[in-house]
Parts: sequence; C-alpha cells; structure tokens
Amino acid sequence: MTIDRLLKGLKLRDPRAIGRAITLVENGDEKAQALLSALDEDLISRATILGITGPPGAGKSTLTNGIISELRQRKERIGIIAVDPSSPISGGAILGDRIRMMQHATDQDVVMRSMATRGRLGGLCATAGAAVRIMASSGCSTIIIETVGVGQSEMDIIRLADITLLVLAPGLGDDIQAMKAGLLEVADLMVVNKADCKGADILAMDLETVTRKGSTTPTQISMTVATEGKGITELLDCIAEVDSEHRDSGERQKRRRGAHDQEVLDWCLEILRPRLLAEITQKKMSLLGDPRLKAKEILKEK
Amino acid sequence: MPKDPKLAEWEENELAKSLNRFPERKEKFTNHGGEEIPRIVTPETIDDQYLDQLAFPGKYPYTRGVQPTMYRGRLWTMRQYAGFSTAAESNKRYRYLLEQGTSGLSVAFDLPTQIGYDSDDPMSLGEVGKVGVAIDSLADMETLFDQIPLGKVSTSMTINSPAAVLLAMYVAVGEKQGVAPENIKGTIQNDILKEYVARGTYIFPPKPSLRLITNIFQWCSQKTPAFNTISISGYHIREAGSTAVQEVAFTLANGCTYVQTALDAGMELDVFARRLAFFFNASSDLLEEVAKFRAARRLWARLMKERFGAKNPASLMLRFHTQTAGNTLTAQQIDNNIVRVTIQALAAVLGGTQSLHTNSKDEAHSLPTEESVRTALRTQQVLAHESGVADTIDPLAGSYYIEALTDKIEREALALINKIEESGGVVTCIEEGFIQRQIENAAYQYQLEIERGERIIVGMNKFKVEEEKKPPLLRVAPEVEKTQVAMLTELKNNRNNEQVAGLLTKLEAAAQGSENLMPYIYDCVKEYATLGEICNVLRKVFGEYKDRG
Amino acid sequence: MATTHKYRVLIGKPGLDGHDRGAKFIARALRDAGFEVVYTGIRRSPEEIAAAAVQEDVDAVGLSSLSGAHIRLFPAVVEALVKAGAPDIPVLGGGVIPEEDIVTLKAAGIVEIFTPGTPIDTIITAYKDACAKKSSG
Repeated sequence: MTIDRLLKGLKLRDPRAIGRAITLVENGDEKAQALLSALDEDLISRATILGITGPPGAGKSTLTNGIISELRQRKERIGIIAVDPSSPISGGAILGDRIRMMQHATDQDVVMRSMATRGRLGGLCATAGAAVRIMASSGCSTIIIETVGVGQSEMDIIRLADITLLVLAPGLGDDIQAMKAGLLEVADLMVVNKADCKGADILAMDLETVTRKGSTTPTQISMTVATEGKGITELLDCIAEVDSEHRDSGERQKRRRGAHDQEVLDWCLEILRPRLLAEITQKKMSLLGDPRLKAKEILKEK
Repeated sequence: MPKDPKLAEWEENELAKSLNRFPERKEKFTNHGGEEIPRIVTPETIDDQYLDQLAFPGKYPYTRGVQPTMYRGRLWTMRQYAGFSTAAESNKRYRYLLEQGTSGLSVAFDLPTQIGYDSDDPMSLGEVGKVGVAIDSLADMETLFDQIPLGKVSTSMTINSPAAVLLAMYVAVGEKQGVAPENIKGTIQNDILKEYVARGTYIFPPKPSLRLITNIFQWCSQKTPAFNTISISGYHIREAGSTAVQEVAFTLANGCTYVQTALDAGMELDVFARRLAFFFNASSDLLEEVAKFRAARRLWARLMKERFGAKNPASLMLRFHTQTAGNTLTAQQIDNNIVRVTIQALAAVLGGTQSLHTNSKDEAHSLPTEESVRTALRTQQVLAHESGVADTIDPLAGSYYIEALTDKIEREALALINKIEESGGVVTCIEEGFIQRQIENAAYQYQLEIERGERIIVGMNKFKVEEEKKPPLLRVAPEVEKTQVAMLTELKNNRNNEQVAGLLTKLEAAAQGSENLMPYIYDCVKEYATLGEICNVLRKVFGEYKDRG
Repeated sequence: MATTHKYRVLIGKPGLDGHDRGAKFIARALRDAGFEVVYTGIRRSPEEIAAAAVQEDVDAVGLSSLSGAHIRLFPAVVEALVKAGAPDIPVLGGGVIPEEDIVTLKAAGIVEIFTPGTPIDTIITAYKDACAKKSSG
C-alpha cells in the first residue's frame, strides 16, 4: 500500500491499513517517516493513553477486558497495545496476550496489536509510541498499553502513558514491600483486583499511605473483581476524574512534553548505538584503563 | 519350606471371601507342560517391609492389585472406545463389537456434544459426527442403544462438561427398557479439572463445574449406586505431553480435589469414594508403565487413608481403565502401530488394569476401520488367552528394577502433589497456569528430542521407507450434519414445546440457587429438551470458561 | 535504524478441537527460529482468526485440527481472510489430515499441510518461504 492509501485507510478506520501502518513503523521502513509525519495531530493530542501495569497474576488482562467491554458500551473506540519480551537468544517472541482478548476480535472498534520488545533494553518496544499515534489517528479515543509488568517495562509505560494504573492483588506474596517502591509512587491510580479474596482489605490499607511523587494527596485506590466485572464503572469514573484534573492543571501537557523529549532522546540513542558500537569495535582499544574515560574521549571527537 | 503365616492369613481371609463371591476362571491354571501356574509368588519369608510396601492383591496398600484373584477371577474388561457420525451408525458398530466379544461399551461423542452444542449450532460447523457420535436429545440416545440391553451391558461414556445431561439420558433410556436405575452399570468420565489443562472440552468455569459434579455424586449414590460417577483421568494429561510422574501426580491431585469438594458438600467419604474410578495412559516404556500403575495404586490408597481417613477398603482401592497411548501412533508404516499397542497393552495388564482399550493401527490418519478395530481387540484377546500373563498375579513384583521404579514414581508424584497443595490447590494452579506450564515444558522437551533424533521413533525419524500403499480409511460422510439438523427440526416439531420451555425455566431458577440440578435435568431430558438448550441455560447462569493461554 | 524486520505468524485452532499440544509446540519452535508468534488458542471461529490476523498484520496464518473438521474450517479461514481484505496472507495447516484431503485443501487455497511426523525443520522452512513470498509479493 502506498502512503496515501494508508493514510486514507486510517481515516476510514480500515483494520488492514492500521495493521500495515504499524508494521511499516515496526520494521523501520523508510516509508514510515512519511507516514508518521502526516498523521492527524489533532486526534493524537485528544486521545487518552492509559498504561496498565502490575505483577503477573494480578489479573491485568481480565481487568483490561472489563474496561474494554465497559468503554464499548459507551460506544468508545479503543486501541490496545500488548507488549511481550523478545527472546534474547532467538530474537523471536510468543505474543500471548491476544488470546485473552479474542472475544473482541471481530469488533472493529477494538484495535489491538501485539508487539515484541525486539531487543530494546527498556522493555517497552521502541515503536510503541508510534503505534499509539497511528491508533489515535484512526480515531481511537482511549489507547491502553499493557505489559507483563516485570523489569524496566513499567517505567517505560509510565512515561508513555497519560495515566498509569497499577494493578495489584492479594496473595501475590509479600512482593508489595519488596517490589519497587518507585513503581508505587509513580502510578496515578492503584487497583486492588480480586477484591473478594482474603487479604484484599489489608492490601488496600497498606496502600493507603502511598502518595504519588510530587502530589500532596495519597493515590486513589479502586477495588475490583475483574472476573465478575465488579468495580469497573467506578474505576473508569476515577480515571476520568484524574484525566480531567491533569488536563486542567497542565500535568497532561507536562507529561506529554516529557514523553516526547524522552522518546526523541531514545531514538537518538537507537540511531547512534550501532554506529558507536561499530566505531568502538573497530578501534580495538586496550583492555586496560577506565571505560568511562574512553567513552568521553570518543564523544569528544564528535 | 512351610507357607508364610501372613500369606496363609490372606488366603483364609481376603482370598477366600473373593472365591466365595465368584470362583476363578479355571479349576487349575496350567502351562504347556501341564504344570500348575501359581496364583501369586511372594518372598519365602514375608517381612514388615513387604507388608508395608506390597502386601497382597486386594489388601492395603493394593500395590499388587485391587482384587484378590485379579485376572484369574475375571479378565479385565475389553472395552473399545467407539462412536462416530449418527446414533444409528454407532449402534451398528456397538452391536458388532458385542458380537466379536467385547465385554463393555465405551461411547465416543462428537465435539459439539462434548461441549454442549446441538448439531445445528453455528459453533458445530464441520464438527458434527466427526470424532464421535452426535447426540442432540434423548431420541438420539434411544437410537444409540437400540437392541442393547442396559441391564446386561455396562457403558462407559467419555463425557465431561455436560455429563449430567448424558447421564440423565442414559438412565432415561434404561427406564424405557424396563431396567431399574439401581441395575444400571457404567461410568461417566465427568472429570472437568483435566479439561482445563489437557483436553479442552470445558464449558463452565471450575466452581460451577465442581457443583455439577457433586450433584451427580449425590444423585447417583441414591438412584444409581452401581454406576461409576467419575473417571479421574491421567490419559489426556499424558497425551498432552506430561511425564509418567506428572500423569500420576496431576491425576491423583485432581482426585483429592474431587474428594474434598464432595466432603465440603456434606457427602460421606466411605459412601461416594468407592465409586471413584480412574483412567490412565499406557505408553511405550513397558517397565516404567508397569511401575507407574503400581505406584499410583499404592499412593492413592495411602492418600485416602492418611489424608482423608477413609475406613472402608473400597474407598482405598484405585480401580482404573487404561487406553494405549494415542500419541505414539505413527502415520508412517502403520503396521508398526500394532506392535506398539501390543507392548502398551501388555504394560497395562502387567500393571493390573481393570479395563482396557487398545488403539487401532490407522488412528494417526483417521477413525479406525472395522478391520483395524478387530485387530486391536484381538490383541487383547491374544494377551488374555495365549500369553499366560493373566494366569498369575503381579508377576513383575520383586524385580529390583520394577520395585525401585515404583518407589521412585510414588515418591516424586507425592512431592509434586504436595507442591500443588502448597501453591493453593489444583484450581488455583489451573488458574495460574502452573499445571499447564509443567505439561507444556515436558511436551516441548520430548518433541525436541525427537526432532534432534535423540529419541528414535521407528519409521518416523529412523528406519523410514517410501510409503507404498495408502491405507483404506474410514470417512465420515458430511451428510451427517444435514441429517442431524433435519432430525432436530423434526424433534422440535413433535415434542411439547411449552412443557420444555417450562422445565428449562425451572432449571434456570434451580441453577441460580444451590439445589441438586440432576432431577431438573432429568425432567428436561425426558421431555426431549435438547442438549444445547439445557447447556445454554447453564451457560447463562454459570458463564463460560475462557482459556488464558 | 535499529528496528529489525521480523516475520509475524498467527497460530490458532479453528473449531472445537481442544488438543493444543501440537499447536503450542509449533508456536514455540517458530519463536526459537526467530518468528514473532501471536498465539490465539483453541475454539476460534474463522472470522476471529481472520480479524486477528489482519490487525496483527501477520505474514502467515497457521492452523491446527485433529478432529476431522479441517475440510470445512481451513477453507473457511481462507475465505474469511479474503473477506477481511487480506487475500495475500498465506494459510498453512497441520493435524490429523488424510492424504486425499490435502489435494482438496490446497485447491481451496491452503499453501501447505503438515501431517503427523513431519520434521519441525521442514515446517519452519515452509513458514519462512511463505512469509518471504508474501513480503515480496
């Protein structure tokens, strides 16, 4: 498909065009540049990007399904990006999130894409941002990004998302304490899923003191039983509240600016990485001496 | 040397009781030279270790068999799984098998029936009558057992999620034939837990499924006490790629879960436990398989006694059906499969199975032809009547290798069962995917070994030939779907639709509460409500289980 | 750019057959050969498979069936892909499929059929070829 055909397709919300566009970007095709520069910036700036993260077993996929069903009832068009790690050995990946969303497979207003990290150290694939913009351009008003929730990927999501949900559940061990205190302080909303299970109330109490960095009030906690669809409506209301606050206070713009700058930086590094690596390898430097000094030397030469 | 007093004790008690109930098949079992074959061989001096680990057939912990006379008293039931296309066609095959000497029937249902869909449901497209018989209503069931006396023949039905419905239909057919429910013999597989991890014909989520299962236990203990209400299965778990230890561990763990669920529902252990039956795989490693069956028997007896405090010996006995391993059949040089099945059947017999199904040589291609099925049955008959292995009990006992392997499998299976307990129990492990991952990893490893040629499969990755002739295959005519759909339309025209609707409403209300659903299902079935109609009501109330990958 | 081109394949089981050991093995083997595999599990309708294949913009679709329903369902997936605007996505299949059906299935547009015992290397090569053909076509 030509760029024009693709852009027309995006406007018409053609699933084939959306799929092809994301592939172009993922594969680093030269046509991708032209495509990305011609997207509907207005739609992009209005869409809400929701990040959903949390430890495995918390029920994120089930919760995501519940959110999708509810939003669809409200006639919203939704995009979902599910990220899975690429195998460092083979470079391949099993993209296993789609299987949990198959009930929406034939709904044209649920645009889903599974993406592999493809060797990106961060955990979130380099092209997730571009995929978000393509989906927004096709009319998705809410775009959900979901990852496995271990390692560095949460921080990437948080950066990319307008609002981040941290999904927890009782009985996942004492990981809450051990688990990255940083993650707790960066989420916009916390969800205690499996709220009907023993320990849910205690977990909620433990979380009551958690406050987002830079905020004065403790982070809101929602209780859900995703398998039964309970608490979803209330959760969406909370999300809408937070969204509204962010838009009013300028927080949303601030984050988008931060995300944008970070993404540009990431691309700079992505582009430089192979070049620098080639240079370093070629120099065949002595194994002795401090690597950091050597790095400064190389960069000074630039 | 004089007989050991412990052996004499067993002969005077358990053995004598058994011989009183029914004698052995022959006055004397002799070999070719006319010499007597001993019933059982034990060490000359029987010590505590022997009694603790092996004991005698029909005596705790049942390592050597659950009946005192085993095959000398009664041969294992030769029960060939069969069924395809329409009830009328399957009925013909069943009558053929009974003529050829099969001792019990085993019904295979098609996938729509197994998953609670009528033949005219959009989900049934292309599947009607393919892997088993299509049963949409009691009318089909009546056709299926036409001229087959349910008072004389025992039937095993491989049905899980909608087992309650098919059971109700079977009992209703018996009633029409004039057979009292208490004389109805057979088994329903009714083992939902393994569906989630190995077989995939689930409908509802675990909790409501377990409710249905206990409903069946309770109803049957009163109405059909001779009917086996569950066949706790390891066969499919093994087919999915698990190891022998995993097969035992996951099956027995599932068994413990069912026992606990029934106890929680207020049932009495020694009343329902005697009707629990098991179903295992007989794979190609002859020696490991024999050890596996013995280990399973001993482990179950110990679990029932120590964990649940069962008192009645009947509650401690692991009775099982075996099927030879489908996943070992090759599509190449299919005659080799006859050899494989023979070895696997031998393992099951040396392992003390109560009933056996042998696969046919052409099953890697399609459902078996009449001729292939006959050969499979003959395999069992040759073992029974010509090989001598049925004339003495647990002949491999005392072999250093077999006993060491039996101990090892028991030990490792118990460790895995305990691990599941510690991780929150079977249902939790299923929901978390723990059991599925264990099976997948074992399957993957095994397949890699084959791909790399580290594990030889004769005819497939070694000793290959250019395949000359194509075997004649059984084809299921596509008209089956049309026929079934037409019959459904006629059925709905001829029955009392108002009655049916009323009964379905009653069922829905009961499902929302906590009553036993069997009587409601029985009523629906008798008025010719269809399987799909009944299951859709239950789907509405219970929801559907979704695989999480 | 550092992003690399990967072949993407969707693996799924149409119809009611629940035996997914083979499909799971193929998925893993493809992953180990460097493919990105969208695994959609069991009990999928042809429409669901096609819709997912289009969204994921896969280079090939792999189907598995052991219940004899392949003769109806595999061509149905091909049709569904055409209807969804993706006639160029090749469909490959495997399972318990008699030889005489292979001719029928290929005539209906399925690119390759793998019967039990086919070495995994053969299967992977077939997928590579199918994906390469699609990309250049």
